Order: sequence, then structure tokens, then C-alpha cells
Amino acid sequence: MSEQGTGSGGAPEERVPAMQRLLDNPFLLLFLGVATPAVLYLLWGVMELSQIPLAPQ
Amino acid sequence: MAVDAQAPSRGFLGASFRTCPETGLKVCSQAEALIKVNAVVAVVFLAVGGFFGLLVALTRWPAVHLLPADWFYLLLTAHGADVLLFWIVFFEVAVLYFASAIILNCRLAAPKFAWLAFVLMVVGAVLANVAVLQGESSVMFTSYVPMQAAPHFYLGLIVFAVGTLIAVCCFFGTLVIAREERSYEGSVPLVTFGAITAAIIAVFTLASGAIILIPTFLWSIGYISHIDPLMYKIIWWGMGHASQQINVSAQVAIWYAVAAMLLGAKPLSEKVSRMAFLMYILFLQLASAHHLLVEPGVSSEWKIFNTSYALYLAVLGSMIHGMSIPGAMEAAQRRNGFNNGIFEWLRKAPWGNPAFSGTMLSIVIFGFLGGITGVIMGTEQLNLIMHNTLYVPGHFHATVVGGTTLAFMAITYLLVPLIFRKEIMFKKIAQWQPYVFGAGISGISLFMMGAGTLGVARRHWDIGFSDAAMSFDYPATAFLMMGLNGISAICAAVGGLMFVLVVVCSVFFGKARTPESIAASPTLPSTGSAETVTTYGSEAHPKLPGTVVLVAVFFVAFVLYYYVNWKYLSEVWPLS
Repeated sequence: MSEQGTGSGGAPEERVPAMQRLLDNPFLLLFLGVATPAVLYLLWGVMELSQIPLAPQ
Repeated sequence: MAVDAQAPSRGFLGASFRTCPETGLKVCSQAEALIKVNAVVAVVFLAVGGFFGLLVALTRWPAVHLLPADWFYLLLTAHGADVLLFWIVFFEVAVLYFASAIILNCRLAAPKFAWLAFVLMVVGAVLANVAVLQGESSVMFTSYVPMQAAPHFYLGLIVFAVGTLIAVCCFFGTLVIAREERSYEGSVPLVTFGAITAAIIAVFTLASGAIILIPTFLWSIGYISHIDPLMYKIIWWGMGHASQQINVSAQVAIWYAVAAMLLGAKPLSEKVSRMAFLMYILFLQLASAHHLLVEPGVSSEWKIFNTSYALYLAVLGSMIHGMSIPGAMEAAQRRNGFNNGIFEWLRKAPWGNPAFSGTMLSIVIFGFLGGITGVIMGTEQLNLIMHNTLYVPGHFHATVVGGTTLAFMAITYLLVPLIFRKEIMFKKIAQWQPYVFGAGISGISLFMMGAGTLGVARRHWDIGFSDAAMSFDYPATAFLMMGLNGISAICAAVGGLMFVLVVVCSVFFGKARTPESIAASPTLPSTGSAETVTTYGSEAHPKLPGTVVLVAVFFVAFVLYYYVNWKYLSEVWPLS
């Protein structure tokens, strides 16, 4: 599959694969790197703890 | 463009630069100064924290039993904070500035904020140390509630974390500047990508720390009445363990950097190595859950997903790096002419250069001792036989000290001549230092894990239970292990002292590098290249029989040790 398009000046412009675009974007990586553990570790864990019933007084 | 090393030039927005005569890199003066101060303060905390660690180890040696109980817990707290947090994070901030402004050839973003970050970090670290040394905050590094430390202990940690967050923001700002000013082509170099990984994990770490330490501070001054201990543990470990994952990312970046600078080693595949870092970004922080594997309040689904699934994906990333870096070294060495047999490339590597030997020992100790045991501890069933035993500090002394600290020491031998522009003093001591420190820390790790396997508890002043109402006897082998641990700690302390001696004397009293001394003894050998560090590119289809053998040895050790631990588990958990 060709990965080349045409730039505005008519010169061939290399298309950057999606994965490389992800790896070249530190702020998207920052979002993923914070959101993933925040959801899977922190939020999930805290939700489980919040469902533990309180001991009777 | 060649600029004289002694004549800084003015660049964009008044930022001044010099061109390094050894690497050809354009060095931002603000970044250089900040790297220096962060690295120097890091070494101070290493020296102080390492000394506390020696006293702790000598107390845990039953025949010596040096300190009384209150001093033991006090110094154990200070040791944990100083070496696990302050030494490591100060040095990591230096690595972030190096991997952004220096490697990307651009100015540092917001240098005034970077200086503010440094001041806040110093104030926070000193405040926390003062609180601990005053004797009312012997709560261990974890500071689990309901144990309560003095308010300025928590405040010190919060101020330190705020400073670190500002430093991380300066790093991300520098990436934006480098892209805007087109100081590099295409993708950032792999070493910078590793630093990006470390910075991302740092943001999650610091956010978790803020979420839990701010309420804990308010609790310590009476504004909050109660903090749930299990809630504290979950969120605290989002900081406590994730902070060690910053180390892993930074140390791996350093492995790639040293291999490139000394041997001219290019990654075997840039794409695969970046994917391995992506595994870290997404999954490494979830490994924090292994500290809660015996807690009854969270489900097995949460525990197993975060450890046995997500952790394994992060371990896959580590194994990719662990194979890729020796492979890159082998490819470079073979390209450099060391092509005979399977291991000539390894035998004729620059083992007398402490930067290289420190890096190689860091890879081996981290992989064989720290990596394999980390997977064992992350397995829910196996975790039962070593949870909260000395096995845990045995594991993390292999990762954080054998892996990270040794890697940081290794690159310091390059930073002193390149950034501080001083000759390394006491070259013979420097040559031996990684071996002495590596042998000591390997012994500490192995003997602590041996004692832990025999059930010896961590953070315990007296394994003889001399003042306990009910007596308990550990096997005699456990006492032997603790004695050997003490001897290993002395060896590691000697190695640490050698490092501090060489670095402090070189930085403050060493001869300045001159064009003559650079020509006589270049920091980067002819085989190495700074350009390899600063550019994107992979090795072209090399054959790597030596690396294949090393990887096979690693996997055999991994599988054998994994099944040995299942055998141990079967013995403590009879089902017949």
C-alpha cells in the first residue's frame, strides 16, 4: 500500500502511520499514560472500597 | 557550526549556548547549570541516605544489632525517603533536562520556573528530613495511616512534589520549544522518548501523591478526623510504586544513551523499542496493585487484572529493552570488528570504563534479580509466601539500587567530563567502583530475598524477638542470611563511598578539561558517537548469536525460578 500523498507544492508528501503519529505526540501519550492507570487502578480500586458496607456500631 | 567551548554564544530570546568540543552538541547554559545543581544535590542525598541504610543493615545483622529500636525506625524512614525519593528524583530531573534541552539542541523552557522547582524540591526534601530526624515521624517511607507523622513531614513531601511537577512541566515545555524551533528532524531520539515516558509516569505519580498526601497533611493538623487506611494504601501506592516506575524508564533511557555514546550502538529497531516504552506508559503504573494483593477489601478481578495482566504487558516491555540493548551493543561491537565467535564482542567490551561496566551490571542485576522476582511477587498466589517479608526490599534493592542507582552512577562518569567539564579523579577507584557497589547490592538483594523466603518480616528491629511476650524462632539459616546481608551492605557502602569520593573530588577539585586533555583522553571513544544518541535510526539487520544465548540463559533462569516458587507455595499450602 502506498503511503504517499501529494503536498500543496505538488511534491510527494510521506504519510505518517497512525501509530507513529501517536508516538510523536507527547501530550496524547501524557493523556493516555495518566488516564489508563487512573481508571484501571485508582478509580476501579476506590469504587470497590466504597462498596464495602460499614461495620455496625 | 563550531563555537569555542569557552565562548558561549547568545541564541533565541537571550538564551546562551556553548558547543561541546567532545560531542558537538549545542549546550544551553541554563539547562547545564540546572543539570549540575540537581545532580550535586542528588549525590548529597545518596550519601546521606546510603549512610542511614548502612546503619539499618548493621542493626538487622543479629550479631551486631547496632541501633536501639527507636533509632532503627527513625533511620529506616529517613533512608527510604532519602534514597528512594530524593536521590532518585533529583537525578531524574537532571536526566529530563539533559534528554530535552541538551539532546534536542534547544533552550530550556521557563528556566526561572526550573530554578523555582529546584528550590522547592530542596526545601521539601530538607523539611521532610528535619521532621524525621526530630524523632516524631518514624512512620516509614510508606507512612501508612493511622500512624501519624509531624505535619511538616507531609508538608515537606508535598512541597517536594510540587517542585518536581514544575520541573516536569519545564521538560514538556522544552519539547514544545524544540519542535517549534525545529531543532530536530522527524521523531525525537529514543533517549528523549524514554525521558518522555519517565515524565508521563511522574505526572501520574505526583497526582496520586497530591490526592492522598494533602488530606493526610490536613488530618495531621486536625482539619480532617479520619482517613480510611485501605483507601490511603491504594492511592499512596499510586505514588509510592509508580515513582519507582519513573526510575525504570529513566534508567532504560540511560542504558540506550551509554550504549550509543560508548559503542555507537543504535537500537535494533526504533519502532519496537518505542512500543516497549508505550507498554510502560500504559501499563507499568498498574503494577502498584501488587502491594495490595493480600488486602481483603479489593476483588481478585482488580488484583489479577492490574498485576497478572497489565503487569505482564509492562514486563514484556522490559524484556524487549533487556534484549534490545545487549543486542544493539553486540551489533555495534561486531561492526567495530569484534566478530570472532559468539562472545568476542562481550569480552572485548570496555569493561575498564565505569560508565560501561556500571551500565552492564545495572542491566544484569535489574533483569535477573529485580525483574524476575518482580514477576514472582506480582503473581497473586505466589505473593502469599513473601508478602511483607524481607523478600520485598530484596526485590526493590535489585531494581532501584542495582538497576537505577547503578545506571545513574554509570552516566555520571560521562556527565562529569561533558557537563561539569572536569577530569575524573582517582581513575583506578572509579574503575573498580561499579564492581564493588554491584557485588554489594547483589548480595543485599539475594540475602534479603533468601531471608524473606524463610519468612523474615521486613521493617522489624529484632528477628530474635528478645523482648517479645511469646518467643518465636526463625530457622538458623535466616540468621546466616541476615549476617551475609550486613556484610554485603558494608561492601555496597564502600562502593557508594568510592562513587561519592570520585564524583565530589572531580566536580569540586578536578582539573578543568582543556583541548589538550580532551585530545589525550576523550570521554567518548572513537567507537562511540553522540550523534547516535541524538538521531532516529535502527541497526541494519544484524546477526546476534551472543545475544540469543544470553536471552536463552535469562529465560531458563526465569522459568526455573518461577516453578521453584510454585514448589515453595505447594509446601506451605498442602491440599492432600
